[in-house]
Amino acid sequence: MKFTVSWLKEHLEYDATLDELSERLTAIGLEVEEITDRARELAAFTVAHVVEAVQHPDADRLRVCKVDTGEGVVQVVCGAPNARTGMKGVFAPSGSYVPGTDLWLKPSKIRGVESNGMLVSEREMGLSDEHDGIIDLPEETPIGASFATIAGLDDPVLEIAITPNHQDALGVYGIARDLAASGFGTLKPLDTTAVAGKFDSPIGVRLSFGNVDPLPCSKFVGRYVRGVKNGPSPKWLQDKLRAIGLRPISALVDITNYISYDLARPLHVFDADKVTGGIQARLATEGETLLALDGEEYELSDDICVIADDARALGIGGVMGGEESGCTDVTTNVFIEAALFDPIRIAMAGRKLGILSDARYRFERGVDPAFVDNAMEIATRLVLGLCGGEPSHVVVAGDGPNWQKSVTLRKSRVKELGGVTVPESDMIAILDRLGFAPKEAGEVIETSVPSWRMDVDGEADLVEEVLRMFGYDNIPAVPLPLENVVAKPAVNAKQRRVRIAKRALAARGMMEAVTFSFLSRAHGDLFGGVADDIVLVNPISADLNAMRPSLLPNLISAVGRNQARGFSDITLFEVGSEYHSDQPDGQITAAGGLRVGVTAPRHWSGAGRKVDAYDAKADVLALLDAMGGPAGSVQIVEGAPEWYHPGRSGVMQLGPKNRLAAFGEIHPRILDVMKVKGPIVGFEVYLDSIPLPKSRETARPPLVVSDYQSVERDFAFEVDVETSAESLIRAIRSSEKKLITDVSIFDIYQGEKMAEGRKSVALSVRLQPTDRTLTEEEIEAVAAKIISNVQKTTGGSLRH
Amino acid sequence: MRPLFYLRDMMQDIEKLEQELLGQIGAITDLEALESLRISALGKKGSVSLMMRGLGQMDPAERQQVAPQLNRLKNTVTEAIEEAKAALQNAALDAKLAKERIDITLPVRPEAAGRIHPISQVIDEITEIFAGMGFDIAEGPDIDDDFHNFTALNIPPEHPARQMHDTFYLPEKEDGSRLLLRTHTSTVQIRTMQSKAPPHRIIVPGRTFRSDSDQTHTPMFHQIEGLVIDKTSHMGHLKGVLAEFCKAFFELEEVTMRFRPSYFPFTEPSAEMDIRCTFAGDHIKVGEGDDWLEILGCGMVNPRVLEHCGLDPAEYQGFAWGMGIDRIAMLKYGIPDLRAFFDSDLRWLKHYGFVPLDIPTLGGGLSR
Repeated sequence: MKFTVSWLKEHLEYDATLDELSERLTAIGLEVEEITDRARELAAFTVAHVVEAVQHPDADRLRVCKVDTGEGVVQVVCGAPNARTGMKGVFAPSGSYVPGTDLWLKPSKIRGVESNGMLVSEREMGLSDEHDGIIDLPEETPIGASFATIAGLDDPVLEIAITPNHQDALGVYGIARDLAASGFGTLKPLDTTAVAGKFDSPIGVRLSFGNVDPLPCSKFVGRYVRGVKNGPSPKWLQDKLRAIGLRPISALVDITNYISYDLARPLHVFDADKVTGGIQARLATEGETLLALDGEEYELSDDICVIADDARALGIGGVMGGEESGCTDVTTNVFIEAALFDPIRIAMAGRKLGILSDARYRFERGVDPAFVDNAMEIATRLVLGLCGGEPSHVVVAGDGPNWQKSVTLRKSRVKELGGVTVPESDMIAILDRLGFAPKEAGEVIETSVPSWRMDVDGEADLVEEVLRMFGYDNIPAVPLPLENVVAKPAVNAKQRRVRIAKRALAARGMMEAVTFSFLSRAHGDLFGGVADDIVLVNPISADLNAMRPSLLPNLISAVGRNQARGFSDITLFEVGSEYHSDQPDGQITAAGGLRVGVTAPRHWSGAGRKVDAYDAKADVLALLDAMGGPAGSVQIVEGAPEWYHPGRSGVMQLGPKNRLAAFGEIHPRILDVMKVKGPIVGFEVYLDSIPLPKSRETARPPLVVSDYQSVERDFAFEVDVETSAESLIRAIRSSEKKLITDVSIFDIYQGEKMAEGRKSVALSVRLQPTDRTLTEEEIEAVAAKIISNVQKTTGGSLRH
Repeated sequence: MRPLFYLRDMMQDIEKLEQELLGQIGAITDLEALESLRISALGKKGSVSLMMRGLGQMDPAERQQVAPQLNRLKNTVTEAIEEAKAALQNAALDAKLAKERIDITLPVRPEAAGRIHPISQVIDEITEIFAGMGFDIAEGPDIDDDFHNFTALNIPPEHPARQMHDTFYLPEKEDGSRLLLRTHTSTVQIRTMQSKAPPHRIIVPGRTFRSDSDQTHTPMFHQIEGLVIDKTSHMGHLKGVLAEFCKAFFELEEVTMRFRPSYFPFTEPSAEMDIRCTFAGDHIKVGEGDDWLEILGCGMVNPRVLEHCGLDPAEYQGFAWGMGIDRIAMLKYGIPDLRAFFDSDLRWLKHYGFVPLDIPTLGGGLSR
């Protein structure tokens, strides 16, 4: 909402600076977003007298002027055809900025003749597109005067943000009223005396809605004015509209725009000669069309309110008038409409038709229901004043909505909610100035809500009104009482794990990414599929139309983007949500990560190796370890989801039903489809599936160490190539559970020395006795047990 | 009794041998030669040992005179050999080390350096600060319903925020209802108040979604919501909490704040909070200056919201606020472009990310 200082002063008498005004507006909730002070911008431009203008010796189109600026005479070379001796123009001295050309002026020589400063055109000053010549001012204009003052441009323009509850401030008068209520100046009364009608309006009005509730149009006031003369509006009105960015059109149109911005009251003026019969407000018939004032033809539906004559729709009620019944230069008889529309229906119609108009903006937020008749009188007076003519009596249909409300304020609530003591007399005075007609009744204040404050309907609103005027800045900041001297943790065990997971992966050299929760459904379908119920109805683009079923696809896309930037070794991870259904339990927390390329770049000390599935496995194990997961009891089996390489992937689980993680090489077909270079290895850890510790016991079991010497024995078994390392290790461990503390594989061989389909696995087994040193016989016995157990469970034999 | 001159010759021999051996030791330059010299002097058949052996044949008086001299000779030679050996060994080590010189300016073996995303870091920072004031973290689903996102928050059906252009919707169900992606973390206010009895002190960091995409908007962004519900907390406490937060988060002694009346359907009275700042080119300096920067919206929880959650507004009251995590991360760490947060450009992650052990704590400091 824009307005100028002088416009505000027409309604508010005050004595304060622009800064004070701006501060007060913001303090009462009318936030000043921008102040444009043309006088400051145009300060360098002054009125000057062209003492002499003679032909330039070397250029046909240039003139050399002697210019009296009031502070001396300077020489200016000017190219304007209208530069002439004796004229008054606008002068910009050297060193000033010319907004229209975005140039700083400096002394120069033009075709050998010195020139200091410039005589400017309207375009050069950034005022209009006019550039046929320099500005030609009336003879009596005083030399040296500020051009901004002469041209009426010394009026600062303020732009304020209007919150949806302040429909009353969508007019300058309402802003003045709110400022006055805050004690900033005195509100001047509006002249709403009735204009005496001279005849009965030949056009009648009626509301034709049947039983529709609430009424789409609840009140319609009309007046016929005959014998008007339309044309350009006077300068004061044009200046006002231009200052706030509106284009003057004609007196009749300008009047309605003016009242809309002055009194937050949209009106419409019909060319009465284009109206057939009477005027009614009704719902449109389905498919009815209307050519609106914006030149667009709209197809209407039967839930949109129109203003119509006996033949057709004339305008979209409260949204936009029609082209055919609009006023033109030859309009001589007019019919003025001041109507009241249902805000919700206006909002719906405006959205449906895609029309953003000043009228819609105001009606959908709510227009003062008690200001219909007054608006008609003010509008009539303006029409008569600017266009002449003779007014009819008003015609009225409907009574408007029942807007009266009373709200009770318990005085104690101001302190209880606001945290500040406002003297009772101040509360009463504030509510009184705001128009709430407060009546004190013991501990409470009874109020009636003014017609222009439809948003107020509860006690909390009144507390806000009192505090807003008393000043939020007067509320003292006090600390929130602490329940515990030492803060308790803000995070629970699951939230703590998320934090740990992120730092554990970053500590492994991975970069944390945050990618969108959505992706293209096609990508999602590569990762287990996107359920129909989590595909967006209105995505921002087809690339982002579904909720991600896995963290990996967006990370893979990120790898692709980084590859395009020239990176080949990439590690990324994300900890966040995967979505499997539209229900809260369908959203699970996971950690996903990817590694691409080699473990380390080429280096003088030796090259890194290519990443493989074991890197992803190591990431998972490290993550489980960092989160205190049950690393020991986790089974590692095949059967990773289909987006992994079937032979180079696995899952970690606690029993067949609780899958904790999947890892491995990403399926090359998926990389093909996603156009990303592989191989890529990755993992997903389902954080919610990792069991939380059962108790909050912090003490650890005692550390048991043995003072007896441990023994290491190496074995090499020949087994089938399909035999897993896991099964071999398990066979060894189970042969002597207490004694065997560690089994590690130090060599795997498969090749010409081995039979087809067989491999050799070399392992080192550590025996740790706790009560005595092992004898050679005992060691041999354990070794024999190991060999036989391996034989029994895996079919492997000891190699000699 | 042997003549006296014999004894004198003996003493002269010892003296001579000593001079001779010391001279030889001094001239030796390698350990091998030193060892042969040691054997030829101190070995079983060495010159010193042979002389020592002669002691046995002497009579006690002679022995008494010669033995100390011979012992001295043996000690002197042994010591000289040890010294020479140590010197030669040191010289050899020095020579060896001199050959082992490396180029210490060569780059070290590469180690991958991971980074924490600024959003995670800032959430951790905020959590620390509010933990200190007794808040817990609450969370809720990203996919929610109309009630939690709008109705319960006093946003009526005709409110513009409900329209398609702002909210992402999921397909309509058979009963005509449709779920949506939450447009703010305020949904968790409702879920918390519905699921537990007051008092409440929570913060809600999380993902939020709006159908917006341009220079300064992304369709997904992060918000943090705060909610306090009890019987006495008022706007003064709200100001107090936010003032403490701003000072702690921006790590400033004092932050000048301004509360402006504003409007949100779910709070009444409502306010927006601005803090002082200076715009210097592309960079914003927070805490001081002539400009104001809006950082959050807040207010007293609207009695209608309390009623929607089954709380009696005559008994309970409290306040709430909400702010953009991405935005305050940009402010604090001078990150220019919101869209880059979600692009996963390695160069960006490395530059704006945090080393994993830079864990913000109140005791140890929020940022380095």
